Amino acid sequence: MDNLELKKHANDVRKGIVTATHAAKCGHPGGSLSSADLYTFLYFEEMNIDPKNPAKEDRDRFVLSKGHTAPGLYSALAYRGFFPVEDLKTLRHLGSYLQGHPNMHIPGVDMASGSLGQGISAAAGMALGAKLGNKDFRVYTLLGDGELEEGQVWEAAMFSGFRKLDNLCVIVDNNGLQIDGPIDQVCSPYPIDKKFEAFNFHVINVDAHDFDALRNAFKEAKETKGMPTAIIMHSLKGKGVSFMEGSVDWHGKAPNDEEYAVAMADLAKIDEELAKEGN
Amino acid sequence: MADVKKVATRESYGNALKELAEEFPDLVVLDADLAAATKTGIFKKAYPDRHIDCGIAESNMMGVAAGLSLTGKIPFCSSFAMFAAGRAFEQVRNSIGYPHLNVKIGATHAGITVGEDGASHQCNEDIALMRTIPGMVVMCPADDVEAKAAVRAALEHEGPVYIRFGRAAVPVINDRPDYKFEIGKGTVLREGKDVTIVATGICVDSALGAAEKLAAEGISAEVINICTIKPLDEDIIVASAKKTGKVVTVEEHSVIGGLGSAVCDTLCAKCPTPVRKIGMQDVFGESGSAGELVKKYGLDADGVYKVVKEFV
Repeated sequence: MDNLELKKHANDVRKGIVTATHAAKCGHPGGSLSSADLYTFLYFEEMNIDPKNPAKEDRDRFVLSKGHTAPGLYSALAYRGFFPVEDLKTLRHLGSYLQGHPNMHIPGVDMASGSLGQGISAAAGMALGAKLGNKDFRVYTLLGDGELEEGQVWEAAMFSGFRKLDNLCVIVDNNGLQIDGPIDQVCSPYPIDKKFEAFNFHVINVDAHDFDALRNAFKEAKETKGMPTAIIMHSLKGKGVSFMEGSVDWHGKAPNDEEYAVAMADLAKIDEELAKEGN
Repeated sequence: MADVKKVATRESYGNALKELAEEFPDLVVLDADLAAATKTGIFKKAYPDRHIDCGIAESNMMGVAAGLSLTGKIPFCSSFAMFAAGRAFEQVRNSIGYPHLNVKIGATHAGITVGEDGASHQCNEDIALMRTIPGMVVMCPADDVEAKAAVRAALEHEGPVYIRFGRAAVPVINDRPDYKFEIGKGTVLREGKDVTIVATGICVDSALGAAEKLAAEGISAEVINICTIKPLDEDIIVASAKKTGKVVTVEEHSVIGGLGSAVCDTLCAKCPTPVRKIGMQDVFGESGSAGELVKKYGLDADGVYKVVKEFV
């Protein structure tokens, strides 16, 4: 898929995030927006998936270890055709299948998550299962940078490096902010790349909002044999919505009606720019 | 009774895994650096490619098991009960229980019969923790025969299962031709009319011993073996309580949240009956031999006898 198309899809995914959290009156837009380009790249280009057959056996798997950014995942799944985009407005509502954090009843979701540090272990198990069963699907998992403070992440990293799970790709959304503030002021996980290297990962640093860079990184990951890959994705929290960008306040807060209007106008402006780019 | 055969249920567990490996080709076994103690080493020796040592990292082991199950494997993961149910509780809840995955947990060294290692390793809380997880089957086999049957039943069952095994050798009491095992079914091992003793795990033997002593004094005790604490065989307990009017529960576990609590939950709702709960009375254990500890904390036949005698 060409980059312009990906950018358009990513902007739709961002609109879905803003719309869903606005309708829910809660949720986590900041980290969803910083990962929106990644979700778009994975579901529209990288992964072998079929929205009409979400459980097909040879599909690539994705585990959202940073489960609180479910609005981003749900929006990408909806725009990719796994379920109606309209349903995003039911996020977190009583009776909706779009739970606050991913669960097994959502088309396209491969693993329940939300308690930080656990998704990467499940992803490692899936990757090992593929190896044991001689299946050639790949497993992707997205972690927050604050999530790296969880000890289980490093248990899983040690296991994956030791087991040479080269069908596993760990992605870190390094937006630099967690609930209590900048990650390097709360309990710094830096240097992230050197840590993963020490756990026998192939490490790639990448700009989270550059599709060429993402494409190259995932290609390199696929070509890397004998060790898992960690893609450290340098991102901007709240990316695309002016007042959310770089702000820790928008980690876990929904836009009110006025803010929603501003956010959607920001994204409409991006649409216009992309339309010009296409001409 | 001098020549009663004794087997530790952890040994039964390791043997059952090995014996069932061919029949269940998707079975894989995970351990956290305790294969020699949990006896999954027996399986490892026979099927090294299907044994995954996760190192001393129980939380990750539970997640890896979850992921394996999502690729069609049936993982049995093992550690001591303290670490499987205790340390990794939240992983079991969120990565296995909530997505309702087909993962089995074989937790050994449960209860005070861990012995000399002392209170840090004597898990008296695992049944309580595991039974609060929706959809989790919780079993506590009494002997070698039941332990092996429980492993098979767990493999045949679709969904998460927790089985508790012990470290110490215990008498084989179910070695009879008509023995049948079913998840969720209790067994009346001895009929009686004055009092019901509901026991689980190694305490079933204590209950039988106590019933024998009580009989000599003219007290007729019914003994029920409950292997599956969840889902509980409510019918068998209610029917017996209606008959005897008094119930005593016996478990190598805290009296808070375990078999005793499960039985009380049922009786309160369906057949209010006076109950005495024998178990760890909201205390930690300590170092000592398994035999000494069982005696000190009143979980042996003598301890059960004394409580029942006073109660009836």
